[in-house]
Amino acid sequence: MKPTLEMYLILSAVLFTIGVTGVLTRRNALIIFMSVELMLNAANLTLVAYSRFLPDISGQIFVFFVMAVAAAEVAVGLAIIVAIFRQKESVDIDKVNLMKW
Amino acid sequence: MELTLFALVALAAVASALMVVIGKNPVYSVLFLVTTFFCLAILYVMLGAPFVAALQVIVYAGAIMVLFLFVVMLLNLRHPQKWDAGGSTRRWIGFATAAGVLLVSLAAVKGAFDPNAPLQPEMGNAESIGMALFTRFLLPFEIGSILLLAAIIGVVTLLKRDNSKVATKGGEA
Amino acid sequence: MLGLALYILLAPLVAFTIVIFFGRKLPRGGDFISLFAIWSGLAASLYLFFTQMLGHYDPAFALSYRFDWVTWGTYKLNIGIAIDNMSMMMLVVVTLVSSLVHLFSVGYMKGDPKYHRFFSFLSFFSFSMIGLVLADNLLIIYAFWELVGLSSYLLIGFWHEKDSASNAAKKAFVTNRVGDAGMLIGMLICFTALGTLNLVELKDGVAQGHLAGGLLTAAGILLFMGAVGKSAQFPLHVWLPDAMEGPTPVSALIHAATMVAAGVYLVARLFPILTPDASLVIAYVGGFTAIFAATIAVAQNDIKRVLAYSTVSQLGYMVMALGTGAFTAGFFHLVTHAMFKACLFLGSGSIIFAMHHVLHNIHSHDDAQDMRNMGGLKKYMPVTFWTFLIATTALAGVPFTSGFLSKDAILGGTLAFAMEHPKHWLLPAFGFAAAGLTAFYMFRLVYLTFYGTFRKGSEAESHLHESPRVMTVPLIVLASLSIFFFYAAPAFNPTTPAGGWFATLFPTPENVTLASGRYVSPASSRLGDEAVEPTAEHASGTEALHSAHLEHLAHNWAMLISILVAGLGIWIATLAYYKWKIDPEKWRLRFGVAYRGMYNKWWCDEVYKATAINGTLGLSKGLAWFDGAILDGIVNGSATVTRLFSTVQGWFDNKVVDGLVNLTAMVVGFWAHFVRSFQTGQVQRYLLYTLAGVGIVIILVVI
Repeated sequence: MKPTLEMYLILSAVLFTIGVTGVLTRRNALIIFMSVELMLNAANLTLVAYSRFLPDISGQIFVFFVMAVAAAEVAVGLAIIVAIFRQKESVDIDKVNLMKW
Repeated sequence: MELTLFALVALAAVASALMVVIGKNPVYSVLFLVTTFFCLAILYVMLGAPFVAALQVIVYAGAIMVLFLFVVMLLNLRHPQKWDAGGSTRRWIGFATAAGVLLVSLAAVKGAFDPNAPLQPEMGNAESIGMALFTRFLLPFEIGSILLLAAIIGVVTLLKRDNSKVATKGGEA
Repeated sequence: MLGLALYILLAPLVAFTIVIFFGRKLPRGGDFISLFAIWSGLAASLYLFFTQMLGHYDPAFALSYRFDWVTWGTYKLNIGIAIDNMSMMMLVVVTLVSSLVHLFSVGYMKGDPKYHRFFSFLSFFSFSMIGLVLADNLLIIYAFWELVGLSSYLLIGFWHEKDSASNAAKKAFVTNRVGDAGMLIGMLICFTALGTLNLVELKDGVAQGHLAGGLLTAAGILLFMGAVGKSAQFPLHVWLPDAMEGPTPVSALIHAATMVAAGVYLVARLFPILTPDASLVIAYVGGFTAIFAATIAVAQNDIKRVLAYSTVSQLGYMVMALGTGAFTAGFFHLVTHAMFKACLFLGSGSIIFAMHHVLHNIHSHDDAQDMRNMGGLKKYMPVTFWTFLIATTALAGVPFTSGFLSKDAILGGTLAFAMEHPKHWLLPAFGFAAAGLTAFYMFRLVYLTFYGTFRKGSEAESHLHESPRVMTVPLIVLASLSIFFFYAAPAFNPTTPAGGWFATLFPTPENVTLASGRYVSPASSRLGDEAVEPTAEHASGTEALHSAHLEHLAHNWAMLISILVAGLGIWIATLAYYKWKIDPEKWRLRFGVAYRGMYNKWWCDEVYKATAINGTLGLSKGLAWFDGAILDGIVNGSATVTRLFSTVQGWFDNKVVDGLVNLTAMVVGFWAHFVRSFQTGQVQRYLLYTLAGVGIVIILVVI
């Protein structure tokens, strides 16, 4: 017996939820960032699963693009974290409240 | 047999993902994240997408994770914090939201159809993906390359130290 | 001529301006500026007098210079200067008396702290009086009339530190206003009816009948009211005796010689337009004033008060003369009276000056003006005595004096009038009685002052001496001008002015109200007619002959009677106060009420106080009560209501309107605060909100 689409989707949802939890509860910017990667991968899993079951190659192409974007995002995001660290000697997200006007 | 493999891999993926989130030491978190990625790569293979699985291993487990490790090492955070020192309020709000997301997601999964089409092995190989990329998705592909270029330039600009400033500071010191 | 007239008018004004502003800093208080102004004015007036008036010898001479003053649409108000024999004569009188008074004041006012101010006021008065004389227009006359009143006020109240002086000044001012109000109404009547106030045009308008009948009579009487105030005629005479509070030169200048003559001058100017009825009123007012004031003068002890009442009496004569149509006589008496009354006042000033000195030296606080403190001054003040005596004889109407000429002319005119209209016999009776009384009280004054022995003791007597020359020279000049010769020339007839230059140059002007023939001519004493042949203007030859005959008869009788009564008055005075054969005390008791009435000025002031003053005060109090209780009550009530309403409105504004505004602000603030709490700047919060939003969207989509 093969795993159904539903199983993949449930797994994806669980992984996504774990990522959300990490993003919302941790204060370490690096770990938040890793949690974001988890969420991205959960989404990728969904795309690949649908690509397999529809079947349509577009899902895999999307995963390709997601990876490209994720690579760029990780590069820029880590650069920002390093910049903040240089400024504050810390990666504690609570000490960063620049995101307002 | 295949179901058993899926169950094992899925369990490993969930477990390592949890470890990423609750880990005290960022280095460990990075390593568990690599594990998760590998699990996902196995699942991609099971889903008949070997090319994506290869990319997953190379780009994620290779490049991105090396980058993470490098930064973690660079920042050298000697005092690993507890998994959440941010107060219980935020923790519970986080958990509640996460639970909400899970509920919503599972609710969405429940309504998903299951065509269960036959596997087409040739769909996930490099040739078919390359065909799709360079024909139908040529423009997004090129835009993606420009995105990466922009990211490179952005990172360099962000992290480039102002040499003159440093020199001045050194002079003062 | 215009230049000269303007010079005479404006020189005192310039002097006034300079002296009032810079007099304090100038040497001698700047008196020489005032003196120069008035003396040069006198020279110019005399030049006009001799070259024009006596040179041309033209009774009808008249010149006027007019210019537009105000233009209202089509109406133009002209003002200007009118020069004729009358104004030239008045110029000479005013400037002559004024110059001499200026000179006298240099001695009299010496050492007064407000010396320069006195001279500036004198200059200002001269300016006003000259302007009044020269004006050709009732409006301008009125303006200068008020200026004269103002200078009079300033000079009466010159020693305003004294309560009596400032009260007298106020009294003079207020009393004059009563008359001026009438005059203004009269002017308005004339202006409404004729559209002009120019004297010549007024006369022409009346002659054409644009203003006639009762209205013209009313206008005449109302205009005469101004004269009543200014010339101190009967009901409004009360201010003049009180005006003696001013410095004596002022009394001489203003309250004897010139200003009080302004009323007579006005009546003379208006003579052509006075209706017979108005004339009759004027004659009776004048006649009554003459006898009335003379009785008061008999009983007064203050030397200046005696003279003041005699002035009132003499002004009454003039007014009576004008009222009975004896125009020439009235105006003549104005001129002669100005000379000898100025002399008398300056003489009394000289006496008071001496008495003041004496009383100061013996440290007495007695009244320097009271005749009962004097006596025997003849020995010590010969110049004053002789000049005073000459002026007294003139006033009493002794032959060979100017007063005899003019008073006889008046009495003759009045008698002729009464012979023509026997029912008016009271007028000459008033006149002759007043003449007798005048002779009596004037000689009483002379005897009490100059004869007998000095009543303040020999020690005081040693301080008596004649006044300085600057004061005696004016006396000599004025006294010599009281001799008949100056007025009767070239006729040299001591019994009548007829044939003299004065009578020739001032014929009775034609009364235009008679042109309609409604009234039989008042048998006017046309003294000039004896020299000038009866002309066509007389209705018929027989009537003219009759008239001339009557006048001649009346004149002779009047002369006889007046010499008799004057002699009688002098004789009684001599018996009572020189020989002391008649005891005045006994007669005083014998007269009882009559004496007390005379002594108390017939209670005029008391009556006015009881009626006019208290009435006004009562009315004022009533009005004040009305104003305070009712008007203010209304105002306060409305204020209270407004305040109440405002309070309610304020409450509404504060609580409701502001409440709404504040509520809006609070709501906005609350929401702003609420929304602000979302923007923490922390990434995780934002993510949380995003997820919550996504969740909500998904739920909405799925459901």
